[in-house]
Amino acid sequence: MKFLVFIEQRDGKIRKASLEALSLARKLGGGPAAAVLPGRGVTSLARDLGKYGAGTVYVADREELALYSTKGYVGALEAATKKESPDAVLIAATAMGKDVAPRYAARHDVSALADVMELRVEGDRLVAWRPVYSGKARAEVDCGAAKLQIATTRPNVFPAEGEDGATEPRVEPLELGDVAPRAKVVRVEASESKEIDVSEADIIVSGGRGIKGPENWPIVRDLQQALHAALGASRAVVDAGWIDHQHQVGQTGKVVSPTLYVACGISGAIQHLAGMSTSKVIVAINKDAEAPIFKIANYGVVGDLFKIIPEFAKAVRAAKAE
Amino acid sequence: MNSLVCIAYVPDTETRIKIAADGKSIDETDVKWIVSPYDEYALEEALRIKEAKGGGTVTVLTVGPERAKTGLRECLARGADDAIWVDATGTPYLDALGTARALAAAAKGGSYDFLWFGQKGVGYDESLVGPMFAELMDLPHVANVIKLEVKEGKITAHREIEGAHEVVECSLPAVLTAQKGLNEPRYASLKGIMAAKKKPIAEKKLAELVVPEADPANARTRWRKLELPPARVACKMVPGDDPAAAGKELARLLREEAKVI
Repeated sequence: MKFLVFIEQRDGKIRKASLEALSLARKLGGGPAAAVLPGRGVTSLARDLGKYGAGTVYVADREELALYSTKGYVGALEAATKKESPDAVLIAATAMGKDVAPRYAARHDVSALADVMELRVEGDRLVAWRPVYSGKARAEVDCGAAKLQIATTRPNVFPAEGEDGATEPRVEPLELGDVAPRAKVVRVEASESKEIDVSEADIIVSGGRGIKGPENWPIVRDLQQALHAALGASRAVVDAGWIDHQHQVGQTGKVVSPTLYVACGISGAIQHLAGMSTSKVIVAINKDAEAPIFKIANYGVVGDLFKIIPEFAKAVRAAKAE
Repeated sequence: MNSLVCIAYVPDTETRIKIAADGKSIDETDVKWIVSPYDEYALEEALRIKEAKGGGTVTVLTVGPERAKTGLRECLARGADDAIWVDATGTPYLDALGTARALAAAAKGGSYDFLWFGQKGVGYDESLVGPMFAELMDLPHVANVIKLEVKEGKITAHREIEGAHEVVECSLPAVLTAQKGLNEPRYASLKGIMAAKKKPIAEKKLAELVVPEADPANARTRWRKLELPPARVACKMVPGDDPAAAGKELARLLREEAKVI
């Protein structure tokens, strides 16, 4: 099965989620996969992709691709598709990947297996498990008889496996036609803080109503920093205006699968559980022993979070310093 | 300025999911249905544009079984002017491309400046239909919109990406998908609910639109199985009476047992 992987970079740095998709393509295809890399000044990044499984890297390196545009980036994927004629295309399910995949799929008269958490090959078919109803159930899905099969892979779920000593990939520049978009990104504004986003964090520390008020974020933040984590929040505290919605984890927030999720003062409404129940390890700190969060947590502490969290942060720092 | 708002009528986010006897769909008994929350932001923004411009219409569109009309009525009660229902009775599953194609077929002939979607329909959680619809309609799109400025014949939209916003300038007409943060949706007033009863809902039959994916043999993505997520292991409780000891024990477990820090 021939794979083509869409590679995303921002500010000249390849996204880890794309390396995860590329490693997965190598594993499923049983050998090097093709990759496509759009952007400005990205040709020099192509070589690094060999380690992660790229045999050929199609590079669309143009001034006009400095910032993302649907037209330019889907155009690059399209040009690489013409050259490579893949059976399957993998795209990381990031904000960019979720923008590229549906337009590209519709252009090829197919749909996509979106945000998959497991992917395998059966004969000439891709078969995936993906969470539905925000993780309250999971569906096994395939692409029917579609000729071109497309899957977007959830970040942080598949390993990005670099192999030393891999051969350098063949780098092939792509000729693109007119890439002037109708929807043009004119600038990128970083969020007020340069924080890790919950959707791509390996560790998340989240606060809920149990923290009692926005004035207590520093207590949660201290643990967040000790763990080098992203800061999450429940819908209750976002709706109460204690923190911006970009931190919200849950069915109407971000759906995440980090390695470690620490829920501080979050009771575990089904809304919230739906967004984080696929986390690998869950820690819950809550004063209510009956809180539903303990039903899905791996480790739980019932007690006063204002006293426990600072001690936990201290112990984490001590453990890391060892 | 006219808006089309495409909505999905989905199981309430608080609903417990049960698997149906066929093993690949949900058991719909006792399920409460709602307009997908992201679609509410889309509708609200369309209503605000109309109010700010002092004119134009807001049309809501959905594809689904009879119950989906209830979702349309809710949108009419909040202030939409009219609605289109694509009757998909007898088609229990339509993939994203089929949905986009049915919506595009139903939208044809209308004159819209804004074609709105929620950034995803909760339930399937695919985030595919809006941009697919844009591709089928040959329109530009901006997904995940959290802020919008409308100017003459064009817009500036802020779209949420990881840890940042992309500021996008786009010509009209355009397809936009709404993200939480765009606005605070209004509730329907009693007067709105009464008025909604008299507003028109045009009906089209899915079978009469050209949507090959409505035939399961043509589905571009299929559900083969549906399962509840695997049960998680029982929670190991750490005593919390002594905060210092609890903190240390948690750190130890995460380091030595779970090996995640």
